[in-house]
Amino acid sequence: MRRLPPALVAGAFLVGLVVLVALVSLVWTPHDPDHVIVPDRFRGVGGGEYLLGTDQFGRDELSRLMAGARNTLLVGMVTVVIAIAAGVPVGALAAFYRGPLEEVAMRASDVLLAFPAILLAMLFAAVFRPGTLTAMAAIGIAFVPVFARVVRGAGLQVMQMDYVTAARTFGSRGWWIVARHLLPNVGSVLIVQATIAFAVAILAEAALSYLGLGTPPPTASWGRMLSDSQSYLYQSPLLALWPGMAIAFSVLGFNLLGDGLRDLLDPKLVERLPAQG
Amino acid sequence: MTVAIATRLVALVASLVVASILVFVVVNLLPGDVATVMLGTNATPENVAALRHSLGLDQPLWLRYLQWAGGMLHGDFGTSVLSHTPVGPLILQKLTVSGPLALLAAAIALAVSVPTGVVAGVRYRRLSGAVLSALSLGGIAIPAFWAGLLLATVFAVKLRLFPAGGFIDWTEDPVAAARSLVLPAVALGLVQAAVLTRFIRSAIIDVQREDFIRTARAKGLTRWQALQRHGFRNAAIPVVTILGIQITSLLVGAIVIENVFVLPGLGRLLFQSVGNRDLIVVQDLVMLLTAVVLAVNFLVDLSYRLLDPRIRTAS
Repeated sequence: MRRLPPALVAGAFLVGLVVLVALVSLVWTPHDPDHVIVPDRFRGVGGGEYLLGTDQFGRDELSRLMAGARNTLLVGMVTVVIAIAAGVPVGALAAFYRGPLEEVAMRASDVLLAFPAILLAMLFAAVFRPGTLTAMAAIGIAFVPVFARVVRGAGLQVMQMDYVTAARTFGSRGWWIVARHLLPNVGSVLIVQATIAFAVAILAEAALSYLGLGTPPPTASWGRMLSDSQSYLYQSPLLALWPGMAIAFSVLGFNLLGDGLRDLLDPKLVERLPAQG
Repeated sequence: MTVAIATRLVALVASLVVASILVFVVVNLLPGDVATVMLGTNATPENVAALRHSLGLDQPLWLRYLQWAGGMLHGDFGTSVLSHTPVGPLILQKLTVSGPLALLAAAIALAVSVPTGVVAGVRYRRLSGAVLSALSLGGIAIPAFWAGLLLATVFAVKLRLFPAGGFIDWTEDPVAAARSLVLPAVALGLVQAAVLTRFIRSAIIDVQREDFIRTARAKGLTRWQALQRHGFRNAAIPVVTILGIQITSLLVGAIVIENVFVLPGLGRLLFQSVGNRDLIVVQDLVMLLTAVVLAVNFLVDLSYRLLDPRIRTAS
């Protein structure tokens, strides 16, 4: 058996941990993450029944961190699904039909690529209403050109293959070639790109929630917890530590997983996304 | 060469036009319209009609677009509805904060990443290379605003070496102004440095595997001499590409970090305008920042040609 890349193992472990915590938080947290107990505010680490202490409303920090994992994964998943749902068909059609369609799609994606996710999210927040949905939509749309480009790049290579020429000679229809030959062969590029996009989405959502343009209170979100902690750096500096560590470990996990999958599957076309936040 | 540059220039202008249409359409696609949103709960039909007229919203969409885009080309960015001040001078004033912040952060990023990236690349099989590489991987995962928060906790709250936020204008006290930019620039610069280090490292590793480096070593040059004469210039090409992408990230990072340290720069202005739904300022700023990204991409493209004679002759 081939030895797995160490990055893959480390990444899978960290991502697995975040997923596990998020799933557990659905059925159990040490305390109710949203329950306010004013007399218990600013308990330190290990303060009685609170392992990581409590925040400015006396809410259990650990429970909120666990609930925040849910929010983080939700945002990552939805943004990647939006980007794939819109980007993959555009990229596949551009690779299949070539010509003016490809030219227009690629030029348009170049322009869209100039809008950083957070900038787009701020524009959306100003025009529509700030919130989780607006943030997810904006980050997802900002990733669309990235997926369109990698799918087109990989698709162009697939279209050169003999089996595609053979399928065409048989008179296979366009959609059949795209579905049967093109898409399965761009799968590995897509998986790696999705993993890296997931990490960038986590960073972007955290930054937006920190600014108050992402997940609204009282829902626990790591970015929002950091922005709340900033007012209490004197009383309780550790409150600024835990959510940041949670973000960093999740992003590290997805980045490592992406690197490891790339080593394992060896697609060369994955695009680097700018780290944001 | 001239033809190639001219083609890229036309593409840049076309992209700017398309981007401006996109921004304009998103802002004006609003269900209802800008006037209703701006007036909020004070919106009566008469108020809305009056504001619509003063904003020129009763004119056709294409005409308003032309007025906005044409105005920007002449340096007229419109008037902020909230503060009733022209947006152009407002942006110029904010640039005196954001500009130095971004430059300082970029300088810190380069000063840290070039030496660490080169060392990590040259010594990639040794422990020191692996440690630097692991550190940079960790650094990529850290959001710049969290780094800022941690730096503020240590250097402002605990040690009281730098202010935790706020800004005194350059004209009032230049030293105090510079001091308030230090922590945000370090936070932004270090996170950027982590990303750049990884790219410089892999570029250096790749270039060491090239035939021309092996030939140079065979001629008797040491590893460093070979890299200095033949390696660095070749390793620079992928690094310049990523530098272009990272300038976008620097820009976005600055928007967030300015809000961490309450610096009155472009990012803070954008954030406040989003909160106040001052859509004209938002529209201008988003367009301006996007134009910067497009212009940087254009310059990156040109710099390839300067760095690599093969691309120059191929075109």
